[in-house]
Amino acid sequence: MSTTAIPAGTKWWNGGRSPFNVSYGKVMMWYFLMSDAFTFGAFLISYGTIRFSVNHWADPNHVFNAFPFAGHANLPLAFVSLMTFILIFSSVTMVLAVHEGHKMNRKGVEKYMLLTILGGLAFLGCQAWEWTHLITGDHAVLVNGQIEQWGTTVTKNPWGPEVMHNGVAVATPGPIAFGGYFFGITGFHGFHVFSGVVINIVMYIKTKLGHFDDRGHYEMIEKAGLYWHFVDLVWVFVFLCFYLV
Amino acid sequence: MSAHESSSEITFHPDHSGGTGRIWRVFWVLSALTIIELALGYFLYAKHGHLGYGATLTTKIVIGILTLAKAYYIVSVFMHLGDEIRNFMMTIVVPLVLFVWFIIAFLADGNSWKNLRNTNGGSRKAPTEQQQQVPAIEKGAKD
Repeated sequence: MSTTAIPAGTKWWNGGRSPFNVSYGKVMMWYFLMSDAFTFGAFLISYGTIRFSVNHWADPNHVFNAFPFAGHANLPLAFVSLMTFILIFSSVTMVLAVHEGHKMNRKGVEKYMLLTILGGLAFLGCQAWEWTHLITGDHAVLVNGQIEQWGTTVTKNPWGPEVMHNGVAVATPGPIAFGGYFFGITGFHGFHVFSGVVINIVMYIKTKLGHFDDRGHYEMIEKAGLYWHFVDLVWVFVFLCFYLV
Repeated sequence: MSAHESSSEITFHPDHSGGTGRIWRVFWVLSALTIIELALGYFLYAKHGHLGYGATLTTKIVIGILTLAKAYYIVSVFMHLGDEIRNFMMTIVVPLVLFVWFIIAFLADGNSWKNLRNTNGGSRKAPTEQQQQVPAIEKGAKD
């Protein structure tokens, strides 16, 4: 896969150069992201363990079937697909910004950083809508023989198995872990998106002020890019674990 | 070109003079993989309750493999890990192999909990037992 032609016999470990052919800052960003991958991995695997340990789990196609301005239309997977494509596209604009950085093209970096920031904000807006919709939703739940109207929160899960109540199918409370895991993990990811947007705004300002031209390279854009792509990478797995399966 | 020499630590600079063709190609690959995943997700939704355990599990595993393919493209091309030298790639990829056992062990543990729960010796009742409760109040009486 390596496109760099490296002469055989290069003494990588003799000192005076990075044995990994990568600057210190970039190595450390990679190792931070690897540790972050284990954090997210532990969260998602913990979620999987609990989900496997109970007899009934909320069906994502019922929980996540709404779309802004679509009323009560049943649109499973639609809104989360939009969020996924927003994040993939903002990843593309980020890698294009890195590409312009390699060419020392300040205007190009500015343009693509701005698009990436907009993509991140769009994603956060979508997540805010989705959370609000879930928390404020009204779902009939049979609790101790009475019908109550529940939203999805960290203490209430209205997506349990359905039972017949006076001739009508009505849900019972589901495992309480559902809300905690959903809001915990998507919240942790959303916080990463938020901090990524902040980092990207800082990079955009620094680009605009010409700091990277003065420095002679745009490596900071590459490091911010690594973080941003990682956020997209985590979403790929959150998308899989919470919405698809 | 080559104005991005960031430090003397770096011995060889990868060639970044190419165009953006590869980036856009990967974008289309990621989009196509996502659309296939969504199609399989809709398939699971449309066939809900009509698919056997094996068919459902197979579909979910296929979706999982497609996700890993997406992860490969993002890390290799967008994050340029594929352009780094092998030594460095291995310091990132090898530790991630721990995930293999991490996932198998914990999901098996969760499954074991479920099996214990559903035995007579299980310490907890299955959550579906709430179904046997007799409703005390008529529907709508609370409003």
